[in-house]
Amino acid sequence: MNMMLANAKPASATLGLCDVDIHPRAQSRHAFDPWLSAEMRHRMHTYGLRPRHGYVRGTPFPKSQPLASRRDAWTPQGGSPASDLAFFREQHLDHYGIDVGLLNPLQPSGQGDTNDGFSAAMAHAVNEWQLAEWVVPEPRLRASIVVPYEDPEASAREIRKRAGNPRFSQVLLMSRTSMPLGNPRYWPIYEAAQEAGLPVGIHAFGYSGWAMTNGGWPSFYIEEVSEHATSCQSLLISMVVEGVFERFPRLKIVLIECGMAWLPSVAWRLDKIYPSLRCEVPHLKRKPSEYIRDHVWVSTQPIEEPERPEHLRDTMEWIGWDKILYASDYPHWDFDDPRLSIPNWLPAETRAAIYGGNARAVYGW
Amino acid sequence: MRGFEGAIDADLHPMVPGLDALRPHLEPFWADSIDQRGLEGFESQSYPPTAPRTVRADWRPQGRFPGLAEMQAWLDQTGAAIGILNPIYGVQLIFNPDMNRAFTAGLNNWVRAEWLERDTRLRASIVLPNETEHAVAEIERLAPDRRFVQAMRLVMGEIPHGRRTHWPIYAALEKHGLPLCLHAGSAYRHPVTSLGWVSWYMEDVAAQQQAFQSAVASLITEGVFVQFPGLRVVLAESGVSWLPAFLWRMSKGWKGVRFEIPWQAEPPAETVRRHIRLTAQPFDAPDEAAAQLLGHLGSQELMLWASDFPHWNYDGLPSLPPGVDREKFLRGNAAALYHRLERVPA
Repeated sequence: MNMMLANAKPASATLGLCDVDIHPRAQSRHAFDPWLSAEMRHRMHTYGLRPRHGYVRGTPFPKSQPLASRRDAWTPQGGSPASDLAFFREQHLDHYGIDVGLLNPLQPSGQGDTNDGFSAAMAHAVNEWQLAEWVVPEPRLRASIVVPYEDPEASAREIRKRAGNPRFSQVLLMSRTSMPLGNPRYWPIYEAAQEAGLPVGIHAFGYSGWAMTNGGWPSFYIEEVSEHATSCQSLLISMVVEGVFERFPRLKIVLIECGMAWLPSVAWRLDKIYPSLRCEVPHLKRKPSEYIRDHVWVSTQPIEEPERPEHLRDTMEWIGWDKILYASDYPHWDFDDPRLSIPNWLPAETRAAIYGGNARAVYGW
Repeated sequence: MRGFEGAIDADLHPMVPGLDALRPHLEPFWADSIDQRGLEGFESQSYPPTAPRTVRADWRPQGRFPGLAEMQAWLDQTGAAIGILNPIYGVQLIFNPDMNRAFTAGLNNWVRAEWLERDTRLRASIVLPNETEHAVAEIERLAPDRRFVQAMRLVMGEIPHGRRTHWPIYAALEKHGLPLCLHAGSAYRHPVTSLGWVSWYMEDVAAQQQAFQSAVASLITEGVFVQFPGLRVVLAESGVSWLPAFLWRMSKGWKGVRFEIPWQAEPPAETVRRHIRLTAQPFDAPDEAAAQLLGHLGSQELMLWASDFPHWNYDGLPSLPPGVDREKFLRGNAAALYHRLERVPA
């Protein structure tokens, strides 16, 4: 899956390819220094990140590849994957003919850090870094507003600071937060996002500090990966049941790298249990599936792969053809090539919607 | 026409009316502890006693929990030939391992004396204590009584079900031909989401669906079915619609990183079809999607019929999912799984 096909602009390019999941990486942790105070620079380089897990470097469940990246994504000079704009442009944007690419910076972004002040300082720095190093030099790219989500008030301030700047296309959260994302604690984030007219993108990743399953800690990376689906299910259930979509009727949620085939099942399950539980949740005015249908979008990668393709078609139909957005996850090892990952048996207009039309609609590109 | 004549009902709940009911079935020291320590009962937040969902309104005689008479009336009404009891009483939440062992044994004794002895249609799960050695001992104590047809744990425990510390339990179950039943519910050693504690009971109910996915993932990845090829696992009150999407994702992950679990030599979906069954209550897909979902499940042999009495999932009698193979669903799949039911009258 890491081998590149011949460089040729695919037919899909004429459809206006939009990639909603690209991970730019800093060449070093000093990349953010220009936008950090002396105190925060000291913290970064002396104590480092303090996420809700125990390791200083790496991750509790070692990835399957170095930096979870394609082997061919390291720069010709040996730099980290997606750390060099020129090489990234050549290998990804130009190679596939991508019109619009959305950046979702991951660590060391400081998101989910146990120190709220540091997380807020890093969010500001990462947002400035995206502007200076990526989206201003390359107009095909859009930035995400990285926010220190465990400090929702500070997050709202960061969103309001960026609101109105067309180079930012969404507010970015990680999926594994320290409380379920529907909790009213997080509502200042949704209030500011709705006010700014920006979708909230929730990318699968992060560390909640709680066991990675509701029955304890798993053993393997393959479990950590599949448990992203359960974590994303939990956060969406929380958002629906807490009444987030009643309180913020114009809020748009984009689930990125969360998988998508589970979405109909979660909606059905909530609808199924709702009649026997509605006396507990009078703040809900509609069937749970209706909130999901109106407020939630999903990205393709890693798209589930049934043994029979028509099963995927059923699932996409249940989700809604207008709710599915192409994502590559560049430069990660499980990257999806746009020419191969969107089933070619779909009608051309459906493919066009997934390749770019749906993303243009939800993000206003 | 009752509609379910000869069926095997794979999930019925004998409701413990309170600690006094268990008192005669406990060892004296632990019976005394009820008064000495002022124990108030082990009802779990998974099923709040007064919540409408826990007991359907027409199954609460004078506001009380239904007893044997109400369950017998229900069996008469459905026409089921056999009903399997899964006692849900929060003994799994007890932290003290000795107290957990004693009250779990008392619960099993109560089921045997007050239910199995009084209606020949009834079978039961051995409720397992939390500690591995206690669980093995309880299996050995009760397995000779062939009315115990499986052993039961809550789907959300302290550590995932595949972990090797549990394996002596699986060896004992395999030896006796007893399936392991994982039933909805939590010992609350962890929040019911991987993201922390939830605000609403509705979230707790919904979280079962994630728990079953994690449990199956753990059983597969740790290699339980490679080590114990005779072991079967029943997911009770699990819902079913989550399974295809879960397996698609898991099989895709397995293709990418199977080097990590080299003992898993086949796609996880194949292992699941051979070793795992689900009780189809709640059948959580709408009727208009049921036929497609059955296709996605890829087998008519995965689901066991269950009424889930007295939990409130439906009014009146349960309906069959459209497109299901009636004979397999109501009886055949359970008969093939539970070897101890071989002499069930047709």
